[in-house]
Amino acid sequence: MPVQTPQQLNDLQKQYLADEEKFARKVLVCCGPGCLASGAANVVEEFKKLLKKKRIQNFSVEALKETGCHGLCEQGPLVVIEPQGIFYTKVKAKHVEKIIETSIRKDEVVTNLLYTDPKTNQTIERYADISFYSHQHRIALRHLGKISQYDIRDYIAQGGYQALAKALTKMKPDEIIDEVTKSGLRGRGGAGFLAGRKWATCRKAEEQPHYVICNGDEGDPGAFMDRAIMEGDPHSVLEGMIICARAVGSNDGYIYVREEYPLAVQNLQLAIDQATEYGFLGENILGTGFSFNIKVSRGGGAFVCGESSALMKSVAGEVGEPRAKYVRSVLKGLFDKPTVLNNVESFANVPVIINEGGEKFASLGTPKSTGTKAFSLVGKVRNTGLIEVPMGTTLREIIYDIGGGIQNDRPFKAVQTGGPSGGCLPESKLDLPVDFDTLTEAGSMMGSGGMIVVDDRTCVVDLAKYFLGFLVDESCGKCTPCREGLYQLHRLAVKISEGEATEEDLIKMEKLSEMIIIGSLCGLGKSGPNPFLSTIQYFRDEYLAHIREKRCPAGVCRALIRYDVIAEKCDGCMACIETCAVHAITGKKGEVHVIDQDKCDKCGACYAVCNRDAIKVT
Amino acid sequence: MVHLTINGKVVKANEGEMLLAVIRREGIEVPALCHHEAVEPFGACRLCTVEITKEEWDGWSNFVTSCLYPVEDNLIVNTHSPTVIELRKTLIDLQLARCPNSPEIRQLAEEYGITKTSYEEIPDGDNCILCGLCTRICDQMGFAAISTVGRGHGKKVAPPLDEAPPDCVGCLACALNCPTNVIEFTDEGNIRTIWKKQFELISCARCGKKTITKEFAKALSELRNIPIDYFEICDECHRKELVQTMGRIASWSREVVS
Repeated sequence: MPVQTPQQLNDLQKQYLADEEKFARKVLVCCGPGCLASGAANVVEEFKKLLKKKRIQNFSVEALKETGCHGLCEQGPLVVIEPQGIFYTKVKAKHVEKIIETSIRKDEVVTNLLYTDPKTNQTIERYADISFYSHQHRIALRHLGKISQYDIRDYIAQGGYQALAKALTKMKPDEIIDEVTKSGLRGRGGAGFLAGRKWATCRKAEEQPHYVICNGDEGDPGAFMDRAIMEGDPHSVLEGMIICARAVGSNDGYIYVREEYPLAVQNLQLAIDQATEYGFLGENILGTGFSFNIKVSRGGGAFVCGESSALMKSVAGEVGEPRAKYVRSVLKGLFDKPTVLNNVESFANVPVIINEGGEKFASLGTPKSTGTKAFSLVGKVRNTGLIEVPMGTTLREIIYDIGGGIQNDRPFKAVQTGGPSGGCLPESKLDLPVDFDTLTEAGSMMGSGGMIVVDDRTCVVDLAKYFLGFLVDESCGKCTPCREGLYQLHRLAVKISEGEATEEDLIKMEKLSEMIIIGSLCGLGKSGPNPFLSTIQYFRDEYLAHIREKRCPAGVCRALIRYDVIAEKCDGCMACIETCAVHAITGKKGEVHVIDQDKCDKCGACYAVCNRDAIKVT
Repeated sequence: MVHLTINGKVVKANEGEMLLAVIRREGIEVPALCHHEAVEPFGACRLCTVEITKEEWDGWSNFVTSCLYPVEDNLIVNTHSPTVIELRKTLIDLQLARCPNSPEIRQLAEEYGITKTSYEEIPDGDNCILCGLCTRICDQMGFAAISTVGRGHGKKVAPPLDEAPPDCVGCLACALNCPTNVIEFTDEGNIRTIWKKQFELISCARCGKKTITKEFAKALSELRNIPIDYFEICDECHRKELVQTMGRIASWSREVVS
């Protein structure tokens, strides 16, 4: 039953589309990581249970799809009714009956499950009208939330594997590479190397065999773009890889996925099995004589294994340590053979580039950073979630139009981009267009697309300390400047946060950072001091407040703050007393409470629990 | 043949050679703790970093570890530029914070004018600088009995599961090549102890001197195809035997000639 010709693929697409059109509606339940964590699996079960019992005209349980991440994780679990595009938020199992009776049996809307715009306080029915979605342009995430994450038929119905058929039957390998080169696609993993150039170098490499690797070792805290694609639209990654393999002359590929992404591992394997069954993978693909196989290689979750040379060592079963790249891995990569390594998002873009042409892709974005980029927008914004925008969109548009601004209307302080080795940009940089070069010039970086927004209650010293600590643990430990240098940099950041540091320590940190950048072996070490360097660049005053005044302006660094009860506001409700784990608060019901500073461990629980705003931090 | 300039002097080198070898051949001292001719260059200690540039680079320069940077035509190398010296000092300073009690590191630090680390000394540190020479040499010997374990600042060298390593033959290649002499072993009577594992030492059948461990003899015999009874006699007695044999041959030939 393998598909042997492009014509057979077209027939299949028509057949699967017709199968879908038998039903008047489609119910899409988001089963991305965020929605699953807030109970999407229960919603699916409830739908299945009820739909088995109920008889609805032109509808059956087959029209219920478990999709990948829809994007607006903040409001999950999400349920979408197509073709109308009705968007239900925070759906629980108890709401399912109502949804079926109202929006499936009838053509009406359950108003209390609709999204409420925080600015206008009005409910919005269709997701396309919500500013979180209306400002996005999705290419890599094109199928997320729209097709079942388990079913190749959904992918084929949407035009899946058409690009592969085109690349295999109508294009020569060099033409594929030309198209990718024309698109200007730069590696989405962070380095931003031109994919077309990488492919061309590998194709020309004389040594055989050639390998294709997909890097799914997404390790930045707060980043989940690649995870969402691997879980929700695994076939787009496979299709991109197979096209790449054809272009560079490879018969063996690997997808390196971290073990902490069990659903990604499972869905990728399922997709590989389905694609093999349909003849898109394996021997004699689409009857063209071309063969390609993909294996899933599971990583142990070491951050450094996202670095290409460490990743290749890990795939080969060795300790995941980077090597010096005076010889590039595209010539001497996996098993010392020529290897193309691209990130998940890069591969997911490839089928679109082949189908619609490189020029169309290049018309989006900026001249040097073409196309779109997926980001995981997290932190103190209202709409946290997965987004994709054209390159060159400003940070302000992303944070305020899509993200809906800062939670509780607090002041924006900084946005951390590019993961641990990226940097923090302040309010003055909000109008910067987001692309590879602009972010690097501003002292941060694009990275793989993590975007963490922080408000005035985040201390930049504490933030730098957190990321440095992460890097100390995640350094591979091979070379001295990264292993020992980052450790000492972290210790000095701790010293500042404890009010023990001097201005000489700051100078020492700056010099040490410079040496770590010069001396480290791989990109992780070379960008390791960035959490410190970018925060000191834009928030030197805040560092100096810790050093000179022994004060943490954001009220975060425990050694430098104290919590006090504001007597005029305290109504003696006992909430803080009950919450305090170290019994540092005393007082009777109805009387003003008092915090014993000797006992207080500055955890901030009282501050969080008091709804009279009667506790202040100074 | 490749021509390059090191510290102002034009030197010749063979294609494929690494910079460090050429630099040392020129009599220039560049420290390196993780380097050993017997194993592939690794680039972990970073002490052999040098500054390189080329005429056509328009004043731009790069910092590379000379142990694994292959020589190139027209390369201009500075082994002791101000930035290189500063980097080396920083690296030694950092190692001194890690191993404040290591005589080898202290001596190296003193050569660079550092008597006390300017960083926070690491509590409960041992003197291992994690250069990985022991594990790489063990691999090269064909045993791979020890490896680095974990990552980040808590990385260490250890046998699997911190137990007596099944693949260790007690050859001491790790301990004898450790730049900071941190791998402990003892030879007491005919028992050698290393990595919590005990080995029986072979006594020379002629002179009674302790030679290598039985396990090492067996491994060598298998790996290098040498008869096992070769190891019953120590190297010195083998040599004596050879001298005696040669002497006998010499006296026979004298007899024949006369």
